[in-house]
Amino acid sequence: MEHKSKYPVSHVVGFLFSLILTFVAVFVALKMNVSYTIVMWIIGSLAIIQAGLQLFMFMHVTEGEDGKTNVINMAYAVFVAIVIVAGSIWVLTSGHAAH
Amino acid sequence: MGIKWNEMLVGGDPLLVGSQIAIVLTVVAIVVGLTYFKKWGWLWREWLTTVDHKKIGIMYILSGVLMFFRGGMDGLLMKAQTARPEMSFLDAQHYNEIFTTHGVIMILFMAMPFLIGLMNVVVPLQIGARDVAFPQLNALSFWLFFSGAMLFNISFVVGGSPDAGWTSYFPLAGKEFSPGIGNNYYAIALQIAGLGTLMTGINFIVTILKMRAPGMTLMKMPMFTWTTLITSIIIVAAFPIFTVALALMTFDRLYGTHFFTLSSGGSDMLWANLFWLWGHPEVYIVILPAFGIFSEVIATFSRKTLYGYTSMVISIVGIAFLSMIVWVHHFYTMDAGPAVNSFFSITTMLIAVPTGVKIFNWLFTMRKGRIQFTTAMLWALAFVPNFVIGGVTGVMLAMAAADFQYHNTLFLVAHFHYVLIPGVVFAVFAGLYYWWPKMFGFMLNEKLGKYHFWLFTIGFNVTFMPMFFLGLKGAVRRAYTYSAESGFAPLFLVSAIGSIILAIGFAVFCYNIYWSFRYAKRNVSHDPWDARTLEWMTASPVQFYNFAVVPEVKQLDAFWHMKKRGETLTLKESDIKKIHMPSNSGLPFYMAVVFGITGFFLVFEAHIAAAVAAIGIVVGLIIRSFDYNDGYYVSVDEIKQTERTWRNVEGGTENHVG
Repeated sequence: MEHKSKYPVSHVVGFLFSLILTFVAVFVALKMNVSYTIVMWIIGSLAIIQAGLQLFMFMHVTEGEDGKTNVINMAYAVFVAIVIVAGSIWVLTSGHAAH
Repeated sequence: MGIKWNEMLVGGDPLLVGSQIAIVLTVVAIVVGLTYFKKWGWLWREWLTTVDHKKIGIMYILSGVLMFFRGGMDGLLMKAQTARPEMSFLDAQHYNEIFTTHGVIMILFMAMPFLIGLMNVVVPLQIGARDVAFPQLNALSFWLFFSGAMLFNISFVVGGSPDAGWTSYFPLAGKEFSPGIGNNYYAIALQIAGLGTLMTGINFIVTILKMRAPGMTLMKMPMFTWTTLITSIIIVAAFPIFTVALALMTFDRLYGTHFFTLSSGGSDMLWANLFWLWGHPEVYIVILPAFGIFSEVIATFSRKTLYGYTSMVISIVGIAFLSMIVWVHHFYTMDAGPAVNSFFSITTMLIAVPTGVKIFNWLFTMRKGRIQFTTAMLWALAFVPNFVIGGVTGVMLAMAAADFQYHNTLFLVAHFHYVLIPGVVFAVFAGLYYWWPKMFGFMLNEKLGKYHFWLFTIGFNVTFMPMFFLGLKGAVRRAYTYSAESGFAPLFLVSAIGSIILAIGFAVFCYNIYWSFRYAKRNVSHDPWDARTLEWMTASPVQFYNFAVVPEVKQLDAFWHMKKRGETLTLKESDIKKIHMPSNSGLPFYMAVVFGITGFFLVFEAHIAAAVAAIGIVVGLIIRSFDYNDGYYVSVDEIKQTERTWRNVEGGTENHVG
């Protein structure tokens, strides 16, 4: 990503965004007057966004000779996980199966 | 609960007693034979401790042949029982056990080892590597598979076979309805074998991504290597699901949990769901390498580059993707509602698209090619129409509304046999006839091969074609008999006769192995088929280090173009450098033994004994982590000597093709 410039732009940007995301989560959890479920959904989403951010900004998944493989690998893992978990829930809770 | 030793051997039935006697005699014969010919040391050094991918591949293939025999016997027994209405050759319980073991053995212990065996032998050679990425792990894969297979196979004489179908659906497979230990075998033996398969998947992904010869980009890989890569990725995605499902099943059966039971909040359909989340990708795990084999065989014997290479690769990836999202088509009748069933109908029918692309690619590869009708090519030719019958009936079954009629009938059974036998078994035979000289340095007899081919293909069609019509008339699967009034009798009889022809075909194959081993000419060239990929560049049988100098790849079908440029046999002795090779290890074999013993005790629910035996597994892991053996070097002189032996005989070889 930022091999040429000496100043670690991506690290600083990543750090700032991480701080923002964390404080937003804290704010949502402590100050916003909404139901527990909504809070969980919001901070869960923020956590996933932050995990993704850190993978790219700090952990350099796209760099090196295996960069592409890493990204494909993670995307595939996410796909498989969603299929197994969300798929099973969908199948087993709809239609006659649920009753 | 301890083992009831006096009830351990299943007795009573003359068929079973006969089998027990035969097993004991065979074991005695093997032990006496090995001792008499003083072969114990040879067996240990050359085979049991080997980490050579070619030898491991050969052991996989041998296991596949053995298991084909076992699964085939099960099939014949079923066909004998249903040949006439209301036969009393097998009782209902025995029939249940036999269709269960037939299914499990044919998929997991016949198709899988045959294909993984061919992958082991061929893939490192095709990519110009010296071995797989983790040779000792590869040996462990094989031995765990073998341990699981043997544990499963003894079930019918020791303690009783699993009898809940190869799908082992709950609640039937639970302790409530199957109180015997038979279904413990299913849960535990498949777990052990599955571990081996998972390791194979990881091993081949790393091997193919990391160990290709210089210049071989992904899009210059031979098609069989491509299919192996994608298969390995599906293995790594799908097998853990089975591992978890089997573990939950084990807890349910052994420790009284309620994951899949009807009572206490369990969900029986969760088992079906998890089973097919693995089970459907599993079908593609066995079919994709088979597609790769056909691609190699058709390209070689049509004398043409594979037509539509890029579209072939895209199709494989597409099939792999779709394979993960079609599993509900195995249980439409659970009726998860119109939304779910429609979604899975559409994804299932979509699979016909990439598969159709591949079929047309093979046809266009043959178009205007100079086709040679070798035995390997005959299998590939017969595959196309037979597999299309399986595929088209698959699209019929894909329609959820129609499936409510077909479900659980012999129509379905005929469909999947039309997919798996032409798709996998024909491919395995094609691959064996094709790569046999590479593995053993002699060819299988072509004439016997053609008898094998015709008997097997005709027998296959006579056996399974009537089952489509029986199914449409309403004959259900897994029923041990039927009444004379049903009118099923004539077609069942035809099917039974077909199975005998099929069995004779397989017998001819076994005889062919024996005949060729004894009498076939040993001076075959390293490239008897005038083939296209790198495995044919090196000696037959392949030297243990595979390539004296790793080849440089410039394009697809690298070896073919090297031959055109006249580069293949020019080896400058100055290019030879010492080669680093992995050392043999007895640890994988040891692990198989302790896993087998632990599994056996678990099957019999002897928990303390199993815990003690499991210490052996931990000990093996500890020994492995203190293993500092980094392998050894093959000296330049030894390589020169080996290379001279086969490169000199080059002049005196003959091509068997034509």
